[in-house]
Amino acid sequence: MNAPLGALDRPNSYIGRSVSRPNAKRLLAGKGRYVTDLVLPRMLHAAFLRSPYAHARIVSIDAGEARAMPGVRLVATGADLAKLCTPWVGTLDHFKGMKSAQQLPLPVEEVLWSGQAVVAIVAETRAQAEDAAEAIVVEFEELPAVVDIDAAREAGADRAASGIADNLCFASRLDTGGIDEIFAGAAHVVEEEFHFGRHTAVTLEPRAILADWDASEGKLTVHHATQTPYQFQDLYSRHYGIPEANVRVVAPDIGGSFGMKLHVYHEDMAVVGLSMLCGRPVKFVADRLEAFVSDIHARDHRVRARMAMDTEGMILAMDVDDVTAIGAFSTYPRTSAVEGNQVIRLMGAPYSFRNYRAELSVVFQNKVQTSQYRAVGHPIACAVAERLVDMAAARAGLDPVSLREKNLIADDAYPCESPTGYKFEALSHRKSLARLKALMGYDALRAEQAALRERGIHRGIGIASFVEISNPSPAFYGIGGARISAQDGAVLAVTPSGDVRCQISVTEQGQGTETIIGQIVADQLGIARERVRVITGDTENTPHGGATWACRGAGIGGETALQAARKLRENVLGLAAAILQARPGDLDMRDGVVVDVLNGAERVSLAEIARIAYFRSDTLPKDASAQLTVAHHYAPQGYPFAFTNGVQGCHVELDAETGFVKILKHWVVEDCGRIINPLLVDEQVRGGVVQGLGAAFFEECRYDENGQLTNGSLADYLVPMACEMPDIVIAHIETPTADTALGAKGCGEAGTAAASAAALNAVNDAMSPFGASIAQIPMTPTRLLKALGTI
Amino acid sequence: MTAPVAITLSVNGETLTRAAEPRETLADFLRRDLGLTGTHTGCEMGVCGACLVMLDGAPVHGCLIFAVQAAGASVQTVEGLSESAMIADLQRAFHERNALQCGFCTPGVLVTAQWLLARKAAPSREEIRDALSGNYCRCTGYEAIVDAIETVARRRSAGEAASRFLEEPA
Repeated sequence: MNAPLGALDRPNSYIGRSVSRPNAKRLLAGKGRYVTDLVLPRMLHAAFLRSPYAHARIVSIDAGEARAMPGVRLVATGADLAKLCTPWVGTLDHFKGMKSAQQLPLPVEEVLWSGQAVVAIVAETRAQAEDAAEAIVVEFEELPAVVDIDAAREAGADRAASGIADNLCFASRLDTGGIDEIFAGAAHVVEEEFHFGRHTAVTLEPRAILADWDASEGKLTVHHATQTPYQFQDLYSRHYGIPEANVRVVAPDIGGSFGMKLHVYHEDMAVVGLSMLCGRPVKFVADRLEAFVSDIHARDHRVRARMAMDTEGMILAMDVDDVTAIGAFSTYPRTSAVEGNQVIRLMGAPYSFRNYRAELSVVFQNKVQTSQYRAVGHPIACAVAERLVDMAAARAGLDPVSLREKNLIADDAYPCESPTGYKFEALSHRKSLARLKALMGYDALRAEQAALRERGIHRGIGIASFVEISNPSPAFYGIGGARISAQDGAVLAVTPSGDVRCQISVTEQGQGTETIIGQIVADQLGIARERVRVITGDTENTPHGGATWACRGAGIGGETALQAARKLRENVLGLAAAILQARPGDLDMRDGVVVDVLNGAERVSLAEIARIAYFRSDTLPKDASAQLTVAHHYAPQGYPFAFTNGVQGCHVELDAETGFVKILKHWVVEDCGRIINPLLVDEQVRGGVVQGLGAAFFEECRYDENGQLTNGSLADYLVPMACEMPDIVIAHIETPTADTALGAKGCGEAGTAAASAAALNAVNDAMSPFGASIAQIPMTPTRLLKALGTI
Repeated sequence: MTAPVAITLSVNGETLTRAAEPRETLADFLRRDLGLTGTHTGCEMGVCGACLVMLDGAPVHGCLIFAVQAAGASVQTVEGLSESAMIADLQRAFHERNALQCGFCTPGVLVTAQWLLARKAAPSREEIRDALSGNYCRCTGYEAIVDAIETVARRRSAGEAASRFLEEPA
């Protein structure tokens, strides 16, 4: 279906070309317009008093003194907001048996984690609101905090929330049958218990929202730092009872999101109600300390897993038990069960074994909620499977690359299905591994490693193959009852001067969405991309669509733009044919000019066609229809997901005396199908790798036994710094999906999916002469020294 | 304690007088009182570097000093550095190399880069990475930033003058 879209030497052929981002120039000049920067007339500021306890009952709230303080315009409690906003529950219908407590903007009776917003204060300045927050007296009655994942699941355990019967949010089981017999008869069995720490997104711009209720029009405008404005338009409309057409959500420049800014946060829902109560715009920007205790966290899994292998080194089966803790309720509207679900379904996905059993337990506890963050579930599934592959290779006395070469699904075996039911259209695992091996100089690195070990220098090499989910169909959320669109929409228009405006539902957070959409539109129309203006992130100016998440922007948004552009091109050429008394099929558009297909002779410019259509329609033939604006929607058809694949390599040096690890270099071979802009794809991969390396070595939200976060500041929580990160070498294989004309799949999560797995394998490889191993990330110096037996 | 105090200072070459609360940070003062929103606050504790500005020619964290402490001083923000074309070559290299994604950390990164290259004409990649250790970037993974700064160091050493950047078509 997707023949080459065009040669790069043709004018305006942009697909596959590295071009810079037009919208990056204003960011470089300090002219970005983030929600944090916005000021509206008569705007007020909200601050929140937060719970100091992980679990407590609210006995009383005394805000008398606060209400009288300078600048204070409103103090609102959970009861005040519950009169305006209907409650929500974070479950999806297709997760059978899933449960979660009801949520409101602010709690009425019970606080469920330390840091939960309890009382809202609205004042003329943020400082005044914070001053007033200190004057509010809340009496809490402390309740037992549920922290430990095993204790939480015992019969009669304390409950994390009074609104739930027990602490099991969701459980799921996959079983292809006969697993115990296969393990009993296997030549080799390796097993391990893995621990994955909680970490969080740490977007440089924290969450920010500015709600503006206009009672005279009955209209709500929300400037919201989010990936998904349409989802929030729907939620604000339904929970506050405002007609959808009267709710406008605008997402301007966003200072990073990575999945974190598409969930419902209590403060955000509260701010909408606060604006309605005050009749004035109300702004809330989480400061960094608030971000650590209220942004979603991610991961937090304990996985017990084993792998069976035959005498030939063929993997026979995997058997997995994943327990993940998600906080006191499931996040709305995407839930907190998707990560665990993807962990057990992606496990071992690159390999051809057919026998699989998995158990998933999603557990409530009194901590901040976890939910979808970049590469949902992938790093867990990848690290578990890839570490077991390395352990199996060591057990069988095989090189880790050789074992993978035997077991990866062959490149000619597609289409095929994973034992967990995922349908793969076409992947390139073996080609990717061969490419990685060459790129790394794998054999030379092994020789160098052996030589350096003689001198007491301990380097490690880690490999990790991965599969990534992209381009999700309604199978992801729609079938579960969530009003989260899997389709996208675009409105494309030729302006009277012959420029092109594209209003599209996918959104931009710096990954270059607007740039690639502009490239596709310009390419398909045959005009210079400087003449295409792409508009995103405003529900009142763009059609409803899924927006940007789960690596769908290029694959689904891009295909939407492509199909819309082809429709517009047809209209333009049809009109040109009427003007020129030619046949549309004999015409083409190149460089903004309609030309004869055969000899390229210029006939009429797009600007001239637009001039005639808009200002001299009287000169057109009677039956000519000047439709220079088209609207088009596209939803994925065919495969439920467009899976991508790749493999990563990590090279580290371990200082066995101190436990410090230096990451020497990192390699990625990645197959995201058709590449629209190689420059942008590479930087998505690099950024993703560094977030994965952060999880591997540094990042962890550490809690004490009372459910208190102990490192909730940027001085205490470690994110990767420039001086700790290696150069990252990237290469590509291109296996386009045949489901679309564009053939693009996602690339934004590939880096994060396997970087921590490759690092885990590399560190274990470095430790192997000591007979030591580690199965926990982040691999801190302390943990490594413990693994080495030094402390 | 919170009564505003009149301060006079130079910001991006313009002398101005404003009333500032003693507890207001320089970053908040620039953003709120002067509308210079190119200076960002990411952690408000001097770690992330998003609020770096030049104070009397040296980088300072706008979140770690109070506006009143800047009285009598000369402040350069990313807006001023842009308009004077002083960092035009850095901006061009960042743009070409895609050394930014969301752009929130970028103004602070540009301040660090300008300071580094003023002190050391041809830093190694390790030195560039070390200089950037006070600038958190969550999007790029840093390599493109290092590449862009390295490119500018090379161009400056070769005597290439910084031409204007912002007026050119993207």
